Amino acid sequence: MTTVERAGSRQGLPAAPPVPGTLKADPVLAVYVHWPFCLHKCPYCDFNSHVRSAAERGHDPWSEHYLASLAAWARQLPAARTATIFFGGGTPSLMPPELVSQVIMRILEIWPPVDDAPIEITLEANPTSVEAARLADLRAAGVNRVSLGLQALDDAALAVLGRQHSVAEGLAALEEAQRHFARVNLDLIHSRPGQTPEAWAAEWSRALALGTEHLSGYQLTIEPGTRFATLHRMHRLDLPDETAAADMLLLTRQLAAAAGRPAYEVSNFARPGAECRHNLAYWRHQPWVGIGPGAHGRLPGASPGEWYGFAAIRRPEEWAAAVRSGKPLALAEVEPVDPDQAMRDALMMGLRLAEGVDPSELARRFGRNTDTVIDFVRARDLAEAGYLRVAQGRIRPAGDGWLLLDRILAEILR
Amino acid sequence: MTEISRIRNFAIIAHIDHGKSTLADRLIQICEGLSEREMREQVLDSMEIERERGITIKAQTVRLEYRARDGETWVLNLMDTPGHVDFSYEVSRSLAACEGSLLIVDASQGVEAQTLANVYQALEADHEIIPVLNKIDLPAAEPERVKRQIEDVIGLDASDAICVSAKTGEGVEDVLEAIIHRLPPPAGDAAAPTRALLVDSWYDAYLGVIVLVRVIDGRLKKGQTIRMMATGAEYEIDEVGVFTPKKMPVASLGPGEIGFITAGIKEVADTRVGDTITDARRPCTKPLPGFRPTRSVVFCGLFPADAADYEHLRESLAKLRLNDASFEFEPETSAALGFGFRCGFLGMLHLEIVQERLRREFGLELITTSPSVVYRVHLTDGTVKEIHNPADMPDPVRIAKIEEPWIEATILVPDEFLGAVLKLCEERRGIQKDLTYAGSRAMLVYELPLNEVVYDFYDRLKSVSRGYASFDYQMADYREGDLVRMTILINGEPVDALSVLVHRSQAERRGRMLVKRLKELIPRHLFKIPIQAAIGGKIIARETIPALRKDVTAKCYGGDVSRKRKLLEKQKAGKKRMRAFGKVDVPHDAFIAALKMGDE
Repeated sequence: MTTVERAGSRQGLPAAPPVPGTLKADPVLAVYVHWPFCLHKCPYCDFNSHVRSAAERGHDPWSEHYLASLAAWARQLPAARTATIFFGGGTPSLMPPELVSQVIMRILEIWPPVDDAPIEITLEANPTSVEAARLADLRAAGVNRVSLGLQALDDAALAVLGRQHSVAEGLAALEEAQRHFARVNLDLIHSRPGQTPEAWAAEWSRALALGTEHLSGYQLTIEPGTRFATLHRMHRLDLPDETAAADMLLLTRQLAAAAGRPAYEVSNFARPGAECRHNLAYWRHQPWVGIGPGAHGRLPGASPGEWYGFAAIRRPEEWAAAVRSGKPLALAEVEPVDPDQAMRDALMMGLRLAEGVDPSELARRFGRNTDTVIDFVRARDLAEAGYLRVAQGRIRPAGDGWLLLDRILAEILR
Repeated sequence: MTEISRIRNFAIIAHIDHGKSTLADRLIQICEGLSEREMREQVLDSMEIERERGITIKAQTVRLEYRARDGETWVLNLMDTPGHVDFSYEVSRSLAACEGSLLIVDASQGVEAQTLANVYQALEADHEIIPVLNKIDLPAAEPERVKRQIEDVIGLDASDAICVSAKTGEGVEDVLEAIIHRLPPPAGDAAAPTRALLVDSWYDAYLGVIVLVRVIDGRLKKGQTIRMMATGAEYEIDEVGVFTPKKMPVASLGPGEIGFITAGIKEVADTRVGDTITDARRPCTKPLPGFRPTRSVVFCGLFPADAADYEHLRESLAKLRLNDASFEFEPETSAALGFGFRCGFLGMLHLEIVQERLRREFGLELITTSPSVVYRVHLTDGTVKEIHNPADMPDPVRIAKIEEPWIEATILVPDEFLGAVLKLCEERRGIQKDLTYAGSRAMLVYELPLNEVVYDFYDRLKSVSRGYASFDYQMADYREGDLVRMTILINGEPVDALSVLVHRSQAERRGRMLVKRLKELIPRHLFKIPIQAAIGGKIIARETIPALRKDVTAKCYGGDVSRKRKLLEKQKAGKKRMRAFGKVDVPHDAFIAALKMGDE
């Protein structure tokens, strides 16, 4: 990010969008739509989510804003095509289904699907009875994959996590989701306060038996600025120690693989072929565009190897005000990313995948020598120690390397 | 030139914090050496670090004009001296330039270790001593008890000690009167060939080297050609002056006077403290006795944390030395730390101060290796080598014996902590020479190997006495000791910068402490790291840093790229503050903190 742009965002002024022609005109896009509202803020969540009344988050005027923003991005990317769409949040299952429908249709108008097969359109949903009742409408609006934030199969744990649903309610919502959608993901959180590896193994096994093609199993992370961070500082959260947390990570991987959903990413498990194509775009460093308050995007520049990172204004009302006042991209930050940095990002994200990265492919894509960003000597050391596997031209994490990826990256990235 | 009978030269000696600098401020104020506007606290402590720590490092001198109660005007030359043992050489110089001393004792604290050391130095210099009890305004002040203590412990008549409060100003005039009536005037012959003592010298960016002098016979004036008797070098005097404490030029300095000269001298190293200055055309025949040269007592390696700062460090050391000839340095190469310097200091406080000044005034981040004393190694071929770097130790088969320096330490401590202090001294191989009482305080005299003191003795002494013990020492002699070189191995590799010479009986204790401390300071790695202390091939202590088990971001999607990258950059910046030993990254702090070990 240049100083001028940073200064702009500090004063709350939207950063200038790139001059037309700066961006590659015809990327294949993963389109992310951010709906920033929640009924309730969970104590562990540091996402860009805001609690607003039903009236404040109704169809009007948000529909207009989302469509205006899309139109503005269409002008930046006149020849792009859509690979996937993902509604995230916040709680997108609170979105008026007609707004979901409008947004999907507009996206596909401006950026036609990349091929004839139906594209993946995912929406994140909370498994409450209210939201479950809308699943049919969302299906009708064009959504074909849902990601359910089940989080735990233990009522006491759900209460600690501040969730607004019970296990029974969650399972009922899952049944409803499975009735309408062939593709369902379940989110679960492990390493919760008081949780033992044994208890988690039982819970995770139960989740794996629920029949979804895809599961996410996240380790609970204490993020700064959350209610959990405060409790943690006050020593009021009895979190599992490092050994227990490491054991849970390993169990999560082992049990999922045994159940036919091997890890394809650090925290994501799927039947082969049922991976989330949208999320793969992030990890494979493919172009994506973000619509909505606080949404990020990452797009290739017109010259090879150059990329741009974007972040929209976070607060919904400020974002809306910017869109209304003739700055429909409503950007808070624009960050030019040089080829070396882009390659570093690609490596950082790509090593989260079981498929790993192919350095020679990265070199081709970014037009740079990988030696400038990867310490291959160190990588070989780590491969010898069993943390990485280097085979068939690809580097990927192996064994305990999956538990130590951040450290490994710090070691091998220049 | 002032009439010699109207001159009084005096030093102020005191234990740290007994109010020496504050009293000096008062004396200056009364004699109007500085206007109200120029006055600030501790005017004589000009270094930032002196003000901050409330200590005096460089001796300072001020010429005061005092209009006495008898209506006459007297010239009083005040020399403020450092209180800390490391700078006792500064004290001895100042004392040599004066005929008397004010002995300041805190009326609530009583006699402390440095009070004693300073008094003995003053008596050695044949000084008349005026005891002054300071801080009598404090509710806890017990002047009568402290007077008895001065008589009992020091053996000095305290019946006419002056009670003052430098803070409120009470009794300060009485001090000035006592100086003119109780201290002798200097002796000297204005007609004799010039003979002046070179008391100190320092570098001034505008004037070059400034030389502080005390004239004994004859005089010094502008244009005069002088000769330094030790070096034979001749200079023409550019300027003669006194400190008020501002520099003020005068026509000449006569017998008994203290002042400065500048003479186009390029470097402090060209002047020898204690040298005799005489007239080149009409030289005196006999030089003054001079001083014993200072010797470095403690050595350590200083390495730039960033190897690119080596030149900067060299230049900075050279600049510091311009003003502090008492520390020395020479290039050193360490397998672990790269290029740096081996530096010699007067003591641990001196080491700390130099290090602090390098950090503050020159912006250098440093890695400091274990401090070492100077050992005399007798080789089997009959030669003797002086060694202050464990890395230079010859092959053990060539060593006949090793001698180490011993000190005589004086410790004053309240009764209730005596047991703990005795235990500490015994643990450190101390030999008790004396144990006496003065009221509820015990005065201990111990012989201790300096090696055991440079390590963490001060910290431990403070800790076991809750800060109430005071400590002072002087070098005693060299004695044979069963010393061994203890090596520290990190992940099986010896780290030269952490190796130390220790007494065999202390090796295990120190080794255990050191590896334990290192275990706390070195972050976990992807593999487990053994940390060992060894003597020769024998491991005497071992700790293991377990391998890191888990370090991975759970959720990482599109919006997290920048955040994650920043996290990585932070991690890498952290790595820059470490030194790699084989595959292990050791933080710079580990070197410093490993040397400063508090409670075991």
